[in-house]
Amino acid sequence: MTAASLGLWTVPIAVLGGAIRVSTPFLFVSLGELVTEKSGRINLGLEGTLIMGAMSGFAVAYLSGSPWLGVLAAGAVGMAFGALHASICSLPRVNDIAVGIALMLFGAGLAFYLGKPLVQPKAPTLPALPLGFWSDIPQVRAALEVNGLFLAGLVLTPLLRWALANTLWGLVVRMVGDSAEAARALGYSPLWARFYATCFGGFMAGVGGSFLSLYYPGSWNEGLSSGQGITAVALVIFARWNPLACFGASLLFGGAGALGPALQAVGVTSGAYLLNAAPYFLTLVILVASSSSRRRLAGAPGELSVTR
Amino acid sequence: MDAEPPPRASLARLFDPIAAPLAAGGATIALFGAFVAAAGRDPVEVYRLMGVGAFGSWFSWQNTLLRASPLLLAALCTALPAQMGLVVIGGEGAFVVGGLAAIAAGLPLADAGAPPILVQLAMALAGMAAGGVLIALAGALRHWRGVNETISSLLLSSIAIAVMNQVVEGPMRDPASLNKPSTRPLPDADMLGNLPGMDVHWGLALGVVACILAWALMSRTTFGFAARIVGGNPRAARMAGLPVGRMTVIVTFLAGAAAGLAGMVEVAAVQGSANANLAAGYGLTGILVAFLARQNPLAVIPVAILLGGIGASGGLLQRRLDLPDAAVLVLQGILFVALLAGEALPPPSEWRTRSGR
Repeated sequence: MTAASLGLWTVPIAVLGGAIRVSTPFLFVSLGELVTEKSGRINLGLEGTLIMGAMSGFAVAYLSGSPWLGVLAAGAVGMAFGALHASICSLPRVNDIAVGIALMLFGAGLAFYLGKPLVQPKAPTLPALPLGFWSDIPQVRAALEVNGLFLAGLVLTPLLRWALANTLWGLVVRMVGDSAEAARALGYSPLWARFYATCFGGFMAGVGGSFLSLYYPGSWNEGLSSGQGITAVALVIFARWNPLACFGASLLFGGAGALGPALQAVGVTSGAYLLNAAPYFLTLVILVASSSSRRRLAGAPGELSVTR
Repeated sequence: MDAEPPPRASLARLFDPIAAPLAAGGATIALFGAFVAAAGRDPVEVYRLMGVGAFGSWFSWQNTLLRASPLLLAALCTALPAQMGLVVIGGEGAFVVGGLAAIAAGLPLADAGAPPILVQLAMALAGMAAGGVLIALAGALRHWRGVNETISSLLLSSIAIAVMNQVVEGPMRDPASLNKPSTRPLPDADMLGNLPGMDVHWGLALGVVACILAWALMSRTTFGFAARIVGGNPRAARMAGLPVGRMTVIVTFLAGAAAGLAGMVEVAAVQGSANANLAAGYGLTGILVAFLARQNPLAVIPVAILLGGIGASGGLLQRRLDLPDAAVLVLQGILFVALLAGEALPPPSEWRTRSGR
């Protein structure tokens, strides 16, 4: 079978490859946000964190020559943004949603400001594993060039699910998220638990951002993020706060995003924008179908403001 | 909060609504000053240039007012539902569909040779209807399905932007727009003109009037009073027999209509056609304006002018001090964050009782 005889098969192959590529930032941001939301707080500012992560990861990789150092720096910057969100939210009378919107604007602004000199240079990119080595077809080989961060996410997903269910910190995060009163009665501080959970969320969003600037598309510019940070917040709701479902949903959202360019390659050019928006529509449908004006959203952490 | 304030504190109570924004403003000036100082610029010079760039001459005033006008209307999209305790952040989407609906309504009328005033009226109505329906949908979902209005308005907004891009690239694309897909342009004769005696379009007047009307509706009518009761205590409002669902839909419709009108103005006075430029972030800055104005429609007017001025001064900062234009975004971000943190400060009228304890 040669490349030319692939015909319409190029579409699913390209979608698979695209889904793996496009889903990686979704996966990281959503796993982080999942932990934050499990603790009873929502961080809408992850879009800003993601852009900051992309910028700082690119900068450190460019200066040090090591892309993995860039990923680490992006995570650290993301964690700092998470800490900022958590600190402001722990003040009395402060609304976590509004703080998220503020940090979204602040993160994007700061990244654009600091990233001005980074638009031209090239940084070393993250390596990829050629998992398509068994095939002679270039399209298959291209599709199965799997990046290291995706594999890290693949490992992290079941680990996170196990940790949330079986470890002490997982229990504390879930308890704080379901009832701050109960946690307080048992001697755990909801504010500190949420602080750590939000820092974790920020770290993951920063790493997700570094993927954008260090692997795909693999450069820094101001239009780098197409709203992955916001989509990931919706994705967590879509996945009903389940890490394994987050993984599936990330692949699904990534696939939807990859379908447009794949169809374009075989001559179908219309509908790319609508395909990109399909995840938002799906999330809205899920929200409408599973909500009720009388009871709470099933599976949602009890303290989470957006599901009350 | 619930306790009756001591009678002596009445003077301090006058300062309650502005104390937190003032503190936040002061903190922002200090933080942003440190930021530009770290970048090797003289903070005093930066602020002086910002003042000159925003309000230093008639030319810069006009630039400031021009930038403030979309913010006036976009901010109402967040400020109006806030009266009912709803956090709506879909202004960007309402802005975009408003612009798209306006051009869709305006072009056929203009082709048919309708007088400009009729074309503009139809455009305004279409824009308001489209924006209004989008945000009213979030309100209705909130009331009847219990879907959080913040998330749903955000999702609806993203969908609306995608629909606009799709329509502009597909069914309504002007074949003559090669690099940047746009709809056909509105004939020059049908464009919204400038206010008499200045280089600022009619959108400014529409925005100011809308803010005053929104304030009057919320503060001077029974409907507004009822809406604020719903915001304060939805259960009590329902007990009192208020039609909460209908009111939610009306208020969210009006909110979206304001942002939709802003989109219409952007098309009919600035862009001339609908294109991707509509999603330039006016809706997002509108959220900031609404929060800075503490959701008071009247306070939206000075805050929008202030933020318009900050935006207008960006060009001068770039030319004179070589500060990237994103510095303005950093300033806005710091201001927003500081303001929210300032909410935690106790109001001045409670200082005495706090310290007495």
